Amino acid sequence: MRSLAEMMTEKEGFSELVMGNHALARAMAEAGTAVVTSYPGSPTPEIAEALLAPAEKDRPCHFEFAVNEKVALEFAAGASLNGHPSAVFFKSVGLNVAADSMVQLALMELLGGMVVILGDDPGANSSQNEQDNRWFARMAYLPVFEPASPAEVYVMYRAAAALALERRAPVILRLTTHVCHARETVKFGDLPARHDWTPRFDVKNGPYVPITTSVFPLKKKALEKLASWAEAGEKSPLNAVYKASAPGRRRLGAISAGLPALCLLETLRNSGAPVDLLKLGLTYPLPEKLVTDFLSSHDEVYIFEELDRVMETEIKALAYDKGLACRLHARRGNAALMGEMTPERARAALADVWPEPFPAPERRVFEAPAPRLPQMCPGCGHRSAFHAIKKALPPGAITVGDIGCHSLGFLPPYNMGEVLFSMGHSVSTASGLALNNGLRKVVAFVGDSTFFHAGLPGLANAAWRDSDVTLVLLDNGTTAMTGHQPRPGNGEIGERLNLADILTSLGVKFLRECDAYDQAKLAAHLKEAMDHKGLAVVIARHPCMLKFMRERRRANPGLKPQHVAVDQAKCARHYTCAADFACPSFIRHADGSVTVNPELCIGDGSCIQTCPAAAIGREK
Amino acid sequence: MAFNIYLCGVGGQGIGVLAAALAQAASRAGLEVIACDTHGLAQRGGVVSSHIRIGADALTPLVPEGGADLVIALERLEALRGAAQYLKKGGKVLYYNTAYQPVGVRRGEGAYPSEEEVRLAVQGFGGEALNVNYPDMADPRMQNSALLGLVASLGAVPGLRAEIIEEVLKEIVPPAVLDENLRIFRAAV
Ligand SMILES: Cc1ncc(C[n+]2csc(CCOP(=O)(O)OP(=O)(O)O)c2C)c(N)n1
Repeated sequence: MRSLAEMMTEKEGFSELVMGNHALARAMAEAGTAVVTSYPGSPTPEIAEALLAPAEKDRPCHFEFAVNEKVALEFAAGASLNGHPSAVFFKSVGLNVAADSMVQLALMELLGGMVVILGDDPGANSSQNEQDNRWFARMAYLPVFEPASPAEVYVMYRAAAALALERRAPVILRLTTHVCHARETVKFGDLPARHDWTPRFDVKNGPYVPITTSVFPLKKKALEKLASWAEAGEKSPLNAVYKASAPGRRRLGAISAGLPALCLLETLRNSGAPVDLLKLGLTYPLPEKLVTDFLSSHDEVYIFEELDRVMETEIKALAYDKGLACRLHARRGNAALMGEMTPERARAALADVWPEPFPAPERRVFEAPAPRLPQMCPGCGHRSAFHAIKKALPPGAITVGDIGCHSLGFLPPYNMGEVLFSMGHSVSTASGLALNNGLRKVVAFVGDSTFFHAGLPGLANAAWRDSDVTLVLLDNGTTAMTGHQPRPGNGEIGERLNLADILTSLGVKFLRECDAYDQAKLAAHLKEAMDHKGLAVVIARHPCMLKFMRERRRANPGLKPQHVAVDQAKCARHYTCAADFACPSFIRHADGSVTVNPELCIGDGSCIQTCPAAAIGREK
Repeated sequence: MAFNIYLCGVGGQGIGVLAAALAQAASRAGLEVIACDTHGLAQRGGVVSSHIRIGADALTPLVPEGGADLVIALERLEALRGAAQYLKKGGKVLYYNTAYQPVGVRRGEGAYPSEEEVRLAVQGFGGEALNVNYPDMADPRMQNSALLGLVASLGAVPGLRAEIIEEVLKEIVPPAVLDENLRIFRAAV
């Protein structure tokens, strides 16, 4: 079994059981992609994990994280303008941030070609919505490749990158969560020679400034390029028909793409149903001739997709334009537009129109046991901060959350952060809530990575107009939620780019800082901040303890944390530790007693101060 | 028909390593494997799961509900949840017998199941539950090795021998803690 570093640097081809994201990183290396950038977000961070695995001098691609998705995309585009094949990847909602520059890419001659990799998240496994980014591709005149499995991720990235380079064009590789995270055996090829870094930017390849008279020639070229992608799609082996094993009375067919196409195929094979499948890989622009031929040679065709009605809309329009007699079916109702597709959902969809070959399986439903919602880790500084802040807030206060591990504060028992739109929104949304509002205090939260990602413009605005908002900056020194990627200012917490310096220079007049474990001090700062008229910022700082403990355990595998213990003689059964502070390390027993789970307690001691009976102490 | 394994636990228990080891071992044994980890917000103390499907007719990575031949859980409540949702009639549940209370239970809003309750519930689903527990374990992350040992000793995955799992374990576990992990793995075998 190869380590990730070996996978990325082995000169010759090999086969390995790998995750889609790791297959993609190897594909980048094999395709000669010189520059890759990203901002972290599930389902894509493991691509970076693989790219960063070899020692810096051995890495086949230059990789770096940017401060947000827009910056990442622009950085990759800049490299491509110089002739360096490039790629950028981020999660679904990341495209909203990157969109302002993304919509310009198709207008430009990108010498090195560029692959924009989108990690869409049907099912919202780790996102604040399940937006369907296929719409964006249409708006930006960008072709779309949609792989269904790790092996296809590998094949399609290589095809997409080669075509992008040849056409000096950007392309989209659209992944979904369980394509990124699926594992299967992939057969890899050889690595190319090292990249030539000669900068080849030349305005003669332009124009590159889409202003006044150049806008229309550039748009015309983008539209022509799009049409030529449609031609590529007609001939591409990525678009293929899977014939049913036996023909039926009526000629039935289905059209699908990506993982939903495999769900359909699995269902068709299990049922032996006489339904042919046209599976698209290069999905946009729609290969009209291929689709027309498929529709013409079938009596009925089911269009099966995930999330929005994108293919359905285009295929129906095509059938109308061509006057085709084929009867078209598609998913019905709003519920069909939600969540991920599975073989069972594919079966149910087909059974809706063709009941016979797709009988419903036996359904067994058992009562679900006690729910387990996600929660902050033992020792998390956010927990300590929320516990203190909750007690310090006056009645009627409005709390505005933001994105990160601290989003979990909205769950009981803290209920901190009652509104959430997107990364970095909190201070601006809070400013609106605070307008002409003399009655209710408005408190916003933001994490340190998000502060740099999209928080800065909102802060500049709030400081400039002096919004009557208290912002609590929860600084754990890392991008914790997505797996501890660095953020500007790392090295050590606060190094190089100093949060306090930035806030002061933006014009923040009220600023306090403390350790998030110091609950008395944090509560005092918060009260003072809320009394201050205008923008007040409190930095509550504590390193991410998950990261901290991992690093300590790596350095010292035998590490035994000094746990806390509940003194049973003193415990008055308030349950503040287990139910209000709610560290997962506490166990509440059926007999009413409380003890500490040694498997979970990291010995941080942030709970000791919370016990009204002073019954928690260090284990002797 | 594919042989389906559903693995589950609590975010932070290291289920990814367990699933990777088992999938790798099955692949090395010459079986056709497709697998998937579920990531996301649940990694912070919520329910996490991994899926392994063995056999040529599995084209998609997620185990269907009610379709698992084997449920492997790193924690008792999650064994019950995983079995209720995924276990196939006649399937087996193997779990590490430790208890991580969810916040609702700590707030007095729900009950946590006993070992006996899990055994009876799984019987009601038409399956069988077995567990292991080593109270003297140096590091809870070694619970993964205990479960792998149980899988190996029972021959719970058709076509997968104990020696192959051990071989993969030796490659995956960091050298500093390998001996201790092997001791725990072999204790069950
Ligand atoms: C536009 C966008 N990009 C990326 C993400 C993925 N994401 C979720 S939480 C998070 C990190 C937040 O880090 P930080 O603000 O430092 O908070 P922490 O998790 O460390 O508490 C990221 C990048 C997202 N939800 N939206």
